[in-house]
Amino acid sequence: MKRLSLCNDLPDCHTGESRYPDLKQRKSKHWIPACAGMTAFWSLFITFLFLLCFARSGFAHKPSDSYLNITVEDQKIEGQIDIALRDLEVAIGLDTNQDGAITWGELRSRHAAISAYVLSRLEIKEEIRPVRLSALSSYFVPLWAKEGKEVVFPIRIIDQQVDNHTDGAYTVIHFEIDCCTDPVSAVTISYHLFFDLDPQHRGISRVTYRGQTQTALFGPDNFSQRLALGVHTPLQTFISFAGEGIFHIFSGFDHILFLLSLLLPAVLRRQDGQWLVVSSFRPAFWNITKIVTAFTLAHSMTLTLAAIGLIRLPSRWVESSIAVSILIVAMNNIYPVVTARLWGFAFAFGLIHGFGFASVLSDLGLPPGARGLALVGFNLGVEAGQLVIVSLFLPLSFFLRHRFVYRQFVRVAGSIAVILLATIWLVERMFEIKLI
Amino acid sequence: MSITRTAWVVLVVSVFSGWLHWVEASPFTPTDDAQVLERLPFRPSDPAARQLREWRAEWMSSPDRFDLAARLARGYIEQGRRNADPRYNGYAEATLTRWWKSPNPPTALLVLRATLSQSRHDFNGALADLTQVLKRDPDDPQAWVTQALILQVQGEYQKSKESCFRLQRLSTTLVTAACLAGAGSLSGQAEKSFDLLKKMVDQYSPPILGGVRGGNAEEQLWARTLLAEIAARRGMPAAAEDQFRQAFLLKIHDPYLLGAYADFLLDQGRAKEVLPLLADEMRADGLLLRLTLAEQTVHADSFSQHRDALRDRFAASRLRGDRVHQREESRFTLWLLHQPQEALKLAEENWKVQREPWDARVLLEAAQAANNHAAAKTVLDWMAKTKIEDVTLTKLKTELEK
Repeated sequence: MKRLSLCNDLPDCHTGESRYPDLKQRKSKHWIPACAGMTAFWSLFITFLFLLCFARSGFAHKPSDSYLNITVEDQKIEGQIDIALRDLEVAIGLDTNQDGAITWGELRSRHAAISAYVLSRLEIKEEIRPVRLSALSSYFVPLWAKEGKEVVFPIRIIDQQVDNHTDGAYTVIHFEIDCCTDPVSAVTISYHLFFDLDPQHRGISRVTYRGQTQTALFGPDNFSQRLALGVHTPLQTFISFAGEGIFHIFSGFDHILFLLSLLLPAVLRRQDGQWLVVSSFRPAFWNITKIVTAFTLAHSMTLTLAAIGLIRLPSRWVESSIAVSILIVAMNNIYPVVTARLWGFAFAFGLIHGFGFASVLSDLGLPPGARGLALVGFNLGVEAGQLVIVSLFLPLSFFLRHRFVYRQFVRVAGSIAVILLATIWLVERMFEIKLI
Repeated sequence: MSITRTAWVVLVVSVFSGWLHWVEASPFTPTDDAQVLERLPFRPSDPAARQLREWRAEWMSSPDRFDLAARLARGYIEQGRRNADPRYNGYAEATLTRWWKSPNPPTALLVLRATLSQSRHDFNGALADLTQVLKRDPDDPQAWVTQALILQVQGEYQKSKESCFRLQRLSTTLVTAACLAGAGSLSGQAEKSFDLLKKMVDQYSPPILGGVRGGNAEEQLWARTLLAEIAARRGMPAAAEDQFRQAFLLKIHDPYLLGAYADFLLDQGRAKEVLPLLADEMRADGLLLRLTLAEQTVHADSFSQHRDALRDRFAASRLRGDRVHQREESRFTLWLLHQPQEALKLAEENWKVQREPWDARVLLEAAQAANNHAAAKTVLDWMAKTKIEDVTLTKLKTELEK
């Protein structure tokens, strides 16, 4: 029986040039069968080393994974990465006293090294769309521009904790990225942890943006991935924001009340301290059209200015002012001060209401790829909502204009009710308390 | 490597639920520096670890030398096998990176790569590498035996036997016999395969007497486990028990043997005996599955805890896109989650990749539970074609064909 020596010392025995290595070679104590392809005894042994790993993977533990969880917010990115202690042990060494057990003390003493390792192998690039104000065109650029500006902000590690996953303990690194005064439209994650030590390692990543979650799997062949955030087709964006606009008009009770209070006297006219009924539909229609148009124009202007970040007003101030605007208009219906050119009123207060809409819009978040489109959609939604109110109100009030009930009861009692409500809102909003 | 779109949808949904589960786990800050967070599979001072470190250092000093890299890679694979730990396969792959994608890789690399591929259930990738190896060197026993075993898993028994025959001249008699018995027992020659293999292994037991022809203890373990499985499939529990007992007498810790014996005990209504058998084997998914099945039967307290742990593990494995565990996951889904439809989907996906008796069984059981007899057809046809002798499968077949 031929006994073959090791290939350890025979660099070329694998190439086939030296199939039958020197038999006089010393057999080391820790021999390992090294050359598949050699006949007889040792190759048989090799066979059975491998044979037994065969088809038994169902028994394996979990392979190496880490979990990267990122939440993209307006001003920052928050993240958490869970990394198996076993993997860190291989990469940077954790078991400092070499007793086969990793204690919290050992882990803690290696926190800085872990941070350095992660920071050198994980990069998160943000794509932002800077808002330029030079021209209206640049504002609408996102409608067709595909790529944003790519920037990298440093990852700041906040702390490290521990968590137990199904296959053992993981270090949990919380980190933050202070970024972007502008919304992030995409992130590109480059993940290089452990691949040089274990190509079967995977980074399992979850990116959350405005409640939507995407997952990505990182491996040695796809270590860098771009995740676009909140991608919709332009039409989807438009429709969804138009819907939000309509919804806001009907759910935001204050806008309806303001509008109705403004419209109440539209079918009447003031003459010599008396409320008289307009004789025909035309002046009533024009009155209302002028009021609604002025209101729309005004709030569209301020909404746009606020939405693109040109003007920012404290929301407490805006909300209180809206309450005041309702209060004033309703009082004007009872003790008329301004009687002609109510549209002026509508315009002045419309400016304030525009800021109110803008705060709703900023809560919704303008999609970075289609800010202009979203804004137009939202605005048109608001107009559509108004139109519905007006088209219901106009025929009704015109029909009822001769009635005492309308002229006195609805106008006076209605306005008193609105005044009460507006006062409550004012107090609530000014002092940030809840009355009703 | 193809997976259907539907499967992906199912996957994504279930992954997401798994993820939610993961997210719920909450990190903590330990208060005691002495608290042990993790026990490594072996101490850095362990001889095996030291050996691997030495080999690693040697290779690092001359990273261009493939022989040093291959030696280290084999060391890792062996270590991974002993611990049933796939991380070592990754370490082995990393060691071979330099040669991994070379257009003309060394033959030994192809064999190593095939070994790693099959452990990921990339059977076709493994076969492609082995074909290349055998073209270069038709006398490579490792390549022949690996190819034979992959073909058995794929249900290609005739081709598998052809590969086994090639081992006659290149390997021990026991290995050749075991290789042939494996294929033969699944293709209508169970009795003959059993008798021949048993005769041979009995003749060479204990391993010390086996010498070159009888192979070493690990080869005998393989033969004994195979004999036990054949006997169990033929409905001969006493013979199976005897072979299992002899396999355990070899005193080799082998997760595969533990799993096979646990399955046997579960089928025999001896779930109680599984608990002590697998009490310390919870790190391996397949063994935890059998333990949990036994716990369900005997209403053990730890049942729900282990079931949840398994659910997390399967979710984690799906997150990385692994399909290595579909057989186990189907079994888990059917018997522990009681979701026959989902179990059937998994079994069908699994059947595309591997066709061992257990793969047939999980599919038939899921089809029966899901009351979807049509889904069983491919397996029933396969049973008729292969003439497989397996009392459990035959019983399922009769019930399904009623």
